[in-house]
Amino acid sequence: MRWKTTDYTGWGRALRATGRLARPERLSTLAGLMRDEPSPAIGNGRSYGDACLNDGGAAIRTVRLDRVLSFDPATGTVEVESGATLGDLARLFAPRGWLPAVMPGTGFATVGGAIAHDVHGKNHHGAGSFGQHLRALTLLLPGGETRRVTPGDPLFAATVGGLGQTGAIATAELQLLKCKGDVMIVTERRIPGWDAFLERLDASDATYTVGWIDATARGDDLGRGILEEGETGSGLVTQRGRARAVPFDAPAFALSPPVVKLFNAAYFRRVPAAGRTVVKPIQDFFFPLDRIRDWNRLYGREGFHQFQCVVPVDGAPALRAMLERIARSGLASPLAVLKRMGPGAAGLMSFPMEGYTLAVDFANRAGAQRLIAALEADALAAGGRIYLAKDALSKGATIRAMYPRRAEWAEIVNGIDPEGRLETDLVRRLDLRSA
Amino acid sequence: MPPARPETPPETWILLGATSSMARALARALAGRGAALVLAGRDMADLEATAADCLMRGAASAEAVRFDARDPSTFQPILDGLGEGVVNAAVFVGSMPPQSAIDADPALIDGTVTDSFTGPARFLQMLAPLIEARGAGCVVGLGSVAGDRGRIGNYVYGAAKAGFHTYLSGLRNRLTRAGGHVVTVKPGFTDTAMTWGIEGMFLVASPDAVAANILKAVEKRRDVIYTPGFWRLIMLIIRAIPERMFKKMSV
Repeated sequence: MRWKTTDYTGWGRALRATGRLARPERLSTLAGLMRDEPSPAIGNGRSYGDACLNDGGAAIRTVRLDRVLSFDPATGTVEVESGATLGDLARLFAPRGWLPAVMPGTGFATVGGAIAHDVHGKNHHGAGSFGQHLRALTLLLPGGETRRVTPGDPLFAATVGGLGQTGAIATAELQLLKCKGDVMIVTERRIPGWDAFLERLDASDATYTVGWIDATARGDDLGRGILEEGETGSGLVTQRGRARAVPFDAPAFALSPPVVKLFNAAYFRRVPAAGRTVVKPIQDFFFPLDRIRDWNRLYGREGFHQFQCVVPVDGAPALRAMLERIARSGLASPLAVLKRMGPGAAGLMSFPMEGYTLAVDFANRAGAQRLIAALEADALAAGGRIYLAKDALSKGATIRAMYPRRAEWAEIVNGIDPEGRLETDLVRRLDLRSA
Repeated sequence: MPPARPETPPETWILLGATSSMARALARALAGRGAALVLAGRDMADLEATAADCLMRGAASAEAVRFDARDPSTFQPILDGLGEGVVNAAVFVGSMPPQSAIDADPALIDGTVTDSFTGPARFLQMLAPLIEARGAGCVVGLGSVAGDRGRIGNYVYGAAKAGFHTYLSGLRNRLTRAGGHVVTVKPGFTDTAMTWGIEGMFLVASPDAVAANILKAVEKRRDVIYTPGFWRLIMLIIRAIPERMFKKMSV
């Protein structure tokens, strides 16, 4: 039960923390920590901002608690320790005909983190959020009490999307989703502009849908991009080789506007004008960037921010205006994603709502921070909200106005953790637990 | 992985001290090869969890059994439960109380030596006839670079490991004649619960990397490996320092 004092960051590397970290290897050790020194649990540090940071305090990394405890091949339910990664589960279960029902854009996210952010995936319009496929979880409350929590319990709704504020998740029972095998059949189409994109997204009946947007394109090209629609299948494809790593922090010009513009134009033309259908390993479709380990270093020492918001369906014109603002700024990186969201959400603080979600990465510079502040105001005015797994810059008042059930959540959380031992930098920065 | 031929039973691996992260990494790697696993240690709940995990990852079987280096009555039941086929064993047990705690209570030496040397050695001594009878089987013994030279910081642990190294060397000499083999593994700094938070760690290896090195050494029938390999060079230098100088150093 030893602590290590260290510097650490979230995935965006723009915000940093110094503090004590524990990394238990057994559930009994985790329980002992929550009894003696209750601290927020963090997973693999894949949230971008400060949801996984506790500067000056302590945190418990769950990454070594990553075992599969049981699996029922008849029903597809699996019980895992909370530090298991979704990529590991996909790799393990896809050949058996099952997949985690919801997978975010990286396979390195842990089950615990996926619950704490109630993450969504490329199938949100059909399958809903991660927490909707959660049968039960065991929660270690501050003080050491172990509680099995199931849907319907108010504690369940406070824990799913609950940013780790109700305790440490020890294990979780997930309902997996049937799949045909471990390959994806993906149809890729060029989309010439914004209106066509929304039309295509609305009309798509594919299980998995995601849009890549060229956030540097302006004028008639505004909102052009590539729509990917995927279904699982079985077959034989060449498994990919070993992942490459980014060995050092890249210099600033690596993602400068002209480079991004050139890259995006080439990326757009990668797909033939008539579109194409390709077969690829599931990891390549769900976790395309996991092939490049430590890709966040491409943004250099200053790190980067991801802006992600969702706006209701009738807020689409406002979202278009936001994309215009981004394109005018010339600050966008190649990573920009547009998706249709369904209404599915499982927690009081869940991000998803029916509408459209836009996510764009920006290198961490003063201009980008001003731009993101303006985008946040736009999102609020459009009746939308900002994703707390990504946020590093918002102000508390803006965020609190976006999450209508926050006060209800705060009351439950403060009842469980009255001393605020589980607060993270994010919770303090946005003052999320105030009455 | 091609399916195992039905007439050959899967290889059995007994892992002593299977709750350690290095043993867990080795268990997963062996599970991927379809081995039958016997996971031995004291924390039964934790061993059961690892056993379930290994079954999901392809192990032919995975069983949690009680092993306590300080309680020899736990040894024979493990051997009694073994099935047909080649039996291998990997020893990860050991304990390293801080030297200052030993200075305060010299009786701690007994437990350290039992955990790190005599307990596992007694178990291996009971296993050796089985390896000889079946004409095959590999023993992997986890030693330590600390056993290569006595240092002020951990010489009791180092002495126990040095004893274990010599034991393994003798066992190798014996089993080789019968078709068996012994690999002595000397890890440098490994990223485990034991080293978490200790100051001054450098070039720390992941448990998965150590497990991969161990399996490679087993395949190639290496005798003594350092993992990562550069520790061989570091220890070559440290062993070469004359005692006259070494006694004044704090390395």
